Amino acid sequence: MPKDNNAAVCSRRLSDEEIARNFSDMHPPLGRAEALVEADRCYFCFDAPCTTACPTGIDIPGFIQKIRSDNIAGSAHTILRENIMGGMCARVCPTEVLCEEACVRHTHEDKPVNIGLLQRYATDPVIDKNITLFERGPESGKRVAIVGGGPAGLSCAHRLAMFGHTSVVFNRDEKPGGLNEYGIAAYKTVNDFAQREVEYILAIGGIEVRNNVSLGEDFKLSDLQGEFDAVFVGFGLGSVNDLGLANEDVEGVLNAVDYIAELRQAKDKGNLPVGERIVVIGGGMTAIDIAVQTKGLGAEHVDIVYRRGPEHMGASRYEQEFAQTSGVKIRHWARPSKLLTGERIAGVEFERTTLDKDGKVTGTGEYYSLNADMVFKAIGQSVSEETLGAVTGTLDMQSGKIVTDDHRKTSLPGVWAGGDCVYDSDDLTVTAVQDGKIAAIAIDKYLREESNNG
Amino acid sequence: MADLTSEFLGIKSPNPFWLASAPPTDKAYNVNRAFEAGWGGAVWKTLGEDPPIVNVNGPRYSALHSNERRVIGFNNIELITDRPLGVNLDEIRQIKKDWPDRALVVSIMLPMEEKSWAKYVPMIEDTGADGFELNFGCPHGMSERGMGAAVGQVPEYLQMATEWCKKFASIPVIVKLTPNVTNILPPAGAARDGGADAVSLINTLNSIMRVNYDTLTMYPTTDGMGSHGGYCGQAVKPIALHMVAEISRHKDTADMPISGIGGISDWRDAVDFLALGASNVQVCTAAMVYGFKIIDDLTDGLSNFLDEKGMSSVEELVGKAVPSVTDWQYLNLNYVEKAVIDQELCIKCGRCHIVCEDASHQAITSQVNGERYFEVIDEECIGCNLCVSVCPVDSCITMQRVTDGIDARTGQPISKEVLNWTAHPNNPMRKQS
Repeated sequence: MPKDNNAAVCSRRLSDEEIARNFSDMHPPLGRAEALVEADRCYFCFDAPCTTACPTGIDIPGFIQKIRSDNIAGSAHTILRENIMGGMCARVCPTEVLCEEACVRHTHEDKPVNIGLLQRYATDPVIDKNITLFERGPESGKRVAIVGGGPAGLSCAHRLAMFGHTSVVFNRDEKPGGLNEYGIAAYKTVNDFAQREVEYILAIGGIEVRNNVSLGEDFKLSDLQGEFDAVFVGFGLGSVNDLGLANEDVEGVLNAVDYIAELRQAKDKGNLPVGERIVVIGGGMTAIDIAVQTKGLGAEHVDIVYRRGPEHMGASRYEQEFAQTSGVKIRHWARPSKLLTGERIAGVEFERTTLDKDGKVTGTGEYYSLNADMVFKAIGQSVSEETLGAVTGTLDMQSGKIVTDDHRKTSLPGVWAGGDCVYDSDDLTVTAVQDGKIAAIAIDKYLREESNNG
Repeated sequence: MADLTSEFLGIKSPNPFWLASAPPTDKAYNVNRAFEAGWGGAVWKTLGEDPPIVNVNGPRYSALHSNERRVIGFNNIELITDRPLGVNLDEIRQIKKDWPDRALVVSIMLPMEEKSWAKYVPMIEDTGADGFELNFGCPHGMSERGMGAAVGQVPEYLQMATEWCKKFASIPVIVKLTPNVTNILPPAGAARDGGADAVSLINTLNSIMRVNYDTLTMYPTTDGMGSHGGYCGQAVKPIALHMVAEISRHKDTADMPISGIGGISDWRDAVDFLALGASNVQVCTAAMVYGFKIIDDLTDGLSNFLDEKGMSSVEELVGKAVPSVTDWQYLNLNYVEKAVIDQELCIKCGRCHIVCEDASHQAITSQVNGERYFEVIDEECIGCNLCVSVCPVDSCITMQRVTDGIDARTGQPISKEVLNWTAHPNNPMRKQS
């Protein structure tokens, strides 16, 4: 039995300078000279594969061409007209499996154009200098309720504003932005970028944000249907999946997303208590983000344990390597079988796993234990029970998520949905932005037809 | 190892690369460094009458850049030497003494008065220099004073000044031609008629580089005003090659030795000039952009190339490509080529498709069986070489001759007979056989 090592959880493991370094910009922005050289590498493909691979369909060769000619506002417009969160997506998109994987330079020389950093080069000045690129359309008199202030909701609201509709965003948190504000590793979005981007989006006008209000607790879907001409729901995944083991509520067993949210909001990251030995259970981006960030706060040993192989992980190979080069150890083919506890968490016992004949994960009967003074759960999220209660029976659901058509329309007339809470979501910011955009276009069509018929 | 030694008008140099008359050859200090680096010769920056001219004290140069800020075109408004003649003559004498194995030619520009040539030509020859190069090409500043390109653009003046120089010189005289003419042959012919031993070309082209986007004035300026300059560098090479080839292939000028100048940056550029009839080459911009060290690549690149071709000397290369240059009217109109895309090399960027679609003959697919696939449609391909020109992958698209059967585009059998425009049925002026 590992000893109770409560004392090992403490704040200020590293100096302020070390923490500042560990949480500095993961990919420092390109200077003009670097950007011009990189932009020159773009072949300006016909029907470009990178654009096809982008969930929001950004005309990538088009915006890169404009970087080449120092037409930065034009370049940013090309990006943001398809993806109003192009700035955040430039930072957090897994480009290595999207646009950059499709880049023909991959075929040519195994080195794609660095689209992500070029996109950031084009969009940063627009946010930094608050350059107006979009204007609110002529007032339509229509009002849309948006549930959720994350990427899907804000994208929807911005597009609706361009169409001239007014929207009210009902946001659960203290600040809008959703996972951009609360859920992404700090080193991916330094200098309060998430809030600055939200401010840029809201500056178009016609968007009211009401914070600290939750669907199911503070209002019902039917309330909105009565008050608004249309509703968009993009409330994300508010609850964290449990391991299903005994003693999960023991001190030291934490939800990765909660800790990340706290870290993102902390004025002084060094104040956050962190253990000496960390075990992270899961294989997605959240697992990587919590592992690298606790390492960055000074944890000595950080292990990610995942029940299948590297190729199955939700985190891309690039992200896995990033974690490994940041000092995180990734252990594959094991699942937690028991939490080892004293007064608080002391370790985790794992059973080695393999795939059975049907390709399902199964235990081998071999066990090993890892000492831990902090254990993070990062095995996925789901729609919270309160929210689920507020929509179940009203909207068609599948596996606890909302079913929509290609235009992100739900089974309920006048209600659209998008982002992580819809059934076929892939949990990416960029997809949520696209959902919001598609839904807004559909809502606009619906509202105009309604006006014409009325 | 091929022999790179060169003899141009009897002037010997260890290799055929001379520095052109320009800022890098303005002083003994620079020329010494050039010879130390291995340059075969130098044409001293143009001398004029005393008192020397005066240059501006602001920008003399500006560049056309690629996105990596590589200089692909270059502009200057510098005039001829602004140092006293005596200083130049002393330095030339010393350099020739210190570097007897290198070619040292002196560029001169004098007013259109015989007495000036009578006075200065012998004085300059006395330095021991190997030859003269007459600057009839400088297109800025000096041309406003009736010299430089103002002479080079009028064949009669050019001939007259050449005759004066020849009258007072006992060493070879090279006439440097301006490209700011519609046809290079009349000035080249005038040089020959004036007794020139050779021509060198090209000098720079009239140019304004751009506008300053902040001030909306031309760029660069001297106290808010600018003047056109002379354009050079890689961007002008094709213009120079055309003019060299014209002189090489024209019967009246064909046997005049040529010193090739214009955008030579690496050894391949030198091969272009030599194969089109130049006996040696002169370089300026590349040295101004990279320094003298580029001579290493120029010499051993050329040497390796000659070895590969089984040639033992530069002379064997001179003029090799001249017989392939002709007038359009003599091109075989029965000859057919089609583009062929190597699918193994294709990276599917689609550039060939879109340029053919938008700008040529809609002869390249973008999809085959619903898949992204680029393939030439022989029924539409006119063999224009546009796709080859834009393809980012070397040798991925090649032009291949169709020798047999039916041309899929015209539906006509491929004729093995040569048919050019002079005999084509559509030519109302055709020669009847």
